[in-house]
Amino acid sequence: MADFCYFPHTPEDIALMLERIGVGSLDELYSDVPGECFFKGEYDLPSAMSEQQVRDYFESLAAKNSSLKVMVGQGAYDHYVPSVIPYITSRSEFLTAYTPYQCEISQGTLRYIFEWQTMISNLTGLPCANASMYDGPTAAAEAVRMCVAASKKKNTVIVSASLLPSVLDVIRTYASYSGVNVVVSESIAEDVAEGVADLAGVIVPSVNRYGIIEDHSGLADLVHSMKALLVEYCDPSALAVVKSPAEWGADIAVGDGQSLGIPLNYGGPYVGFMACTQELMRKMPGRIVGQTVDAQGRRCYVLTLQAREQHIRREKATSNICSNQSLMALWCTVYLSLMGPKGLRRVNELCYGLSHRLYEGLLASGKFEKVYDGEFIKEFVLKPLCDVPALQKALQDAGYFAALQTEEGYVTFCVTERRSAAEVDEVISIVRAL
Amino acid sequence: MKYYDKLIFELSVPSRVGFSLPQSEVSLPKEGKIWRQSPLNLPEVSEPDVVRHYTMLSQMNFGVDTGFYPLGSCTMKYNPKINEEIASNKVFASLHPLQSEDTVKGARELVDTLDSCLAAITGMKHFTFLPCAGAHGELTGLMLMREYHKSRGDVKRTKVIVPDSAHGTNPASAAVCGLEIVVVKSGEDGLVDVESLKPLLGDDIAGIMMTNPNTLGLFERQITQIASLVHGCGGLLYYDGANMNPLLGVVRPGDMGFDIMHLNLHKTFSTPHGGGGPGSGPVGVCEKLVPFLPVPKVSGFHGNFAVMARALAYILMLGKENIRMAGKLATLNANYVKESLKDCYKLPIESVCKHEFVFDGLKESNGVTTLDVAKRLLDYGFHAPTIYFPLLFHQAIMIEPTETESRQTIDEFIEVMRVIAREAKENPELLHSAPHNTPIGRPDETAAARQPVIKYEKKS
Repeated sequence: MADFCYFPHTPEDIALMLERIGVGSLDELYSDVPGECFFKGEYDLPSAMSEQQVRDYFESLAAKNSSLKVMVGQGAYDHYVPSVIPYITSRSEFLTAYTPYQCEISQGTLRYIFEWQTMISNLTGLPCANASMYDGPTAAAEAVRMCVAASKKKNTVIVSASLLPSVLDVIRTYASYSGVNVVVSESIAEDVAEGVADLAGVIVPSVNRYGIIEDHSGLADLVHSMKALLVEYCDPSALAVVKSPAEWGADIAVGDGQSLGIPLNYGGPYVGFMACTQELMRKMPGRIVGQTVDAQGRRCYVLTLQAREQHIRREKATSNICSNQSLMALWCTVYLSLMGPKGLRRVNELCYGLSHRLYEGLLASGKFEKVYDGEFIKEFVLKPLCDVPALQKALQDAGYFAALQTEEGYVTFCVTERRSAAEVDEVISIVRAL
Repeated sequence: MKYYDKLIFELSVPSRVGFSLPQSEVSLPKEGKIWRQSPLNLPEVSEPDVVRHYTMLSQMNFGVDTGFYPLGSCTMKYNPKINEEIASNKVFASLHPLQSEDTVKGARELVDTLDSCLAAITGMKHFTFLPCAGAHGELTGLMLMREYHKSRGDVKRTKVIVPDSAHGTNPASAAVCGLEIVVVKSGEDGLVDVESLKPLLGDDIAGIMMTNPNTLGLFERQITQIASLVHGCGGLLYYDGANMNPLLGVVRPGDMGFDIMHLNLHKTFSTPHGGGGPGSGPVGVCEKLVPFLPVPKVSGFHGNFAVMARALAYILMLGKENIRMAGKLATLNANYVKESLKDCYKLPIESVCKHEFVFDGLKESNGVTTLDVAKRLLDYGFHAPTIYFPLLFHQAIMIEPTETESRQTIDEFIEVMRVIAREAKENPELLHSAPHNTPIGRPDETAAARQPVIKYEKKS
């Protein structure tokens, strides 16, 4: 019998249990399976490894990567991760729980989700946030669907071309299968003003793919005058200092919580967030936690407004989403608790100082030309006047991931508080030496 | 211990800090139209405040590591600790998703190895790892289904068949994918009724979504006939892998005739559920659909990489030897519970089950509902089973013990279920008002939905 540390069954257990069931063998428990369905061959898998072998194997895989000093963003930002966070998130009681269906024994999960909803609401300025989504791009795609659902009969959403490429891709995918007409626009205000017969919504980035903080003055009024909704895609870390979606007059805010202390993780898991106005609350996809009282009048928290969801509404649900990225929401909630308003502002100031140091240094090198004049915090693009592959190789040889080429032929940089002034200066000197 | 009821916001004291960052030489402009004007209300707390607060919250939670969690359709098996160690490897955690291929060879090899392992286990050809969860996988799989038909110019196929016993995500995913849902009824035996299926098949059918065993824990015995009927009408078969666990090491979806499937790495492959996520829902396809991979972009980068790393660690621990026992032991545990309790709880369909089964409430209810039974279980230190699903039975109690639970644990659970059945007869009020020994009692869910309070506002 199985001599395997995750299976507790002894041969005696199995014999006893089979007897209680009234069958003669484990195979007999599969008497309802037609013979042709069984897999009779040998699984093309490695032989069972010991834990030490597994550990060694992954060490060897890890060693085949280059751990670089990251100076690229584009939707994944290398911010500092305080040591408290993994300590808290790896607690078994959080880690090994399911969705909090039994609220009496899930107050831990429910309460931190309530705190997360509050923090997302305070960052975006919009009153209603959900328990989280898969990632920023899927949250954006769901927001686009939400605009259409809220408008009832209208089916076009204007999408800013300055959104991150990953966000545009996922919006396009979702829209194409659910029949939403997506118009990618280079100049939002003009395209909206021109008038689209069935405009349901507009989605713009707060900080765009070039790192620039966009000016959306007047946009909300214009969009609302067309009886459409305005969605802002935001970097939540930057929301400590840049104008919030509510201040711009947006109806929905979405984005990725990764910049709130989640490691790069080669792209995931991250966490999407969504917040909206009171009017749209019942149109929101995903789980929502609400406050209530128990039989003794004690304040407590439950999953609420479930009539929107797939397990009740099936094909009429606001979305097919069933899970959320709960543990990653906890990750961000702990991060924001540690940072507070001052820490999050400090992060942005540090990014701003370092990224502008790099920006000025690179321009002064004569190897790049300025592309945009807009204000940026941590990420920017430049037009290269040098050989890009040679530039990238020189940086990589020195241990940096930087100067990623964009679709437009620019190169993009991003400097967070993880980097030092000395590292920034080293990158500048590498560029100068090219 | 006293009930701890604070929110982190309520610990806040102005100017207290929990961060440790270098001083900044620059300060950002505050005036001007692109900068935030409104105050930012986040907690101002020290690091010890944060650690104690969240540690206390964790103590109000129940997880697989704290007790038996027989939540049907959720496969709450043990989450191995080596997986966590690997997922938090500093090198993997530091990789940016857009780094060049030559700098992420190890990460790519990890994904490719997991791909070939999952292909071997399921009989599919290749997987995409972009979907972040099971429902996300369903959506992706249905997109592939549509792409397949479109590539053949077969654009009439706009309908997808879903059994009435299906997970709610199946019809919801089909709707998001722009497909029309056709429901096929289950027969008296709880299985898809082939005679009801036949008239639904035609040249407008894109495919069928099935989970096998189904949500009653019953194996769809006529699966090969269903497969040939659906293929015969030009449709494809989608396998909802939520119930893959009893087939792990026994039956491969590819051999049953399925063309597209998803796996829940957070169910079958032991990665932790994290209080609702992150999961991972890779989608596998048979050979003829490989040209349609990689799929349309359904998530930002490469999917939930750290979850994939955990799943691969689990598969390597299992190896080709132990995998043979995984599904069988899960099935053994479920049948053992079913047979041990069917004298007190109503078993609507008498049959050998797979990883889970469904009771339809107490045999002698005495006014005690499934909800009452579930809440009373919490008092005895067990998580409740899934309740009121599937919708086929009014008092459904869906129990899935998984293979990582010992006979002793399961015997304790059985004993408690029998005690509860006795309590229902003798003292039903005790059950109506349960739970009694948990941090809070039953909440007022109606009030929560009527006047939703979904964020903290400081009392003025």
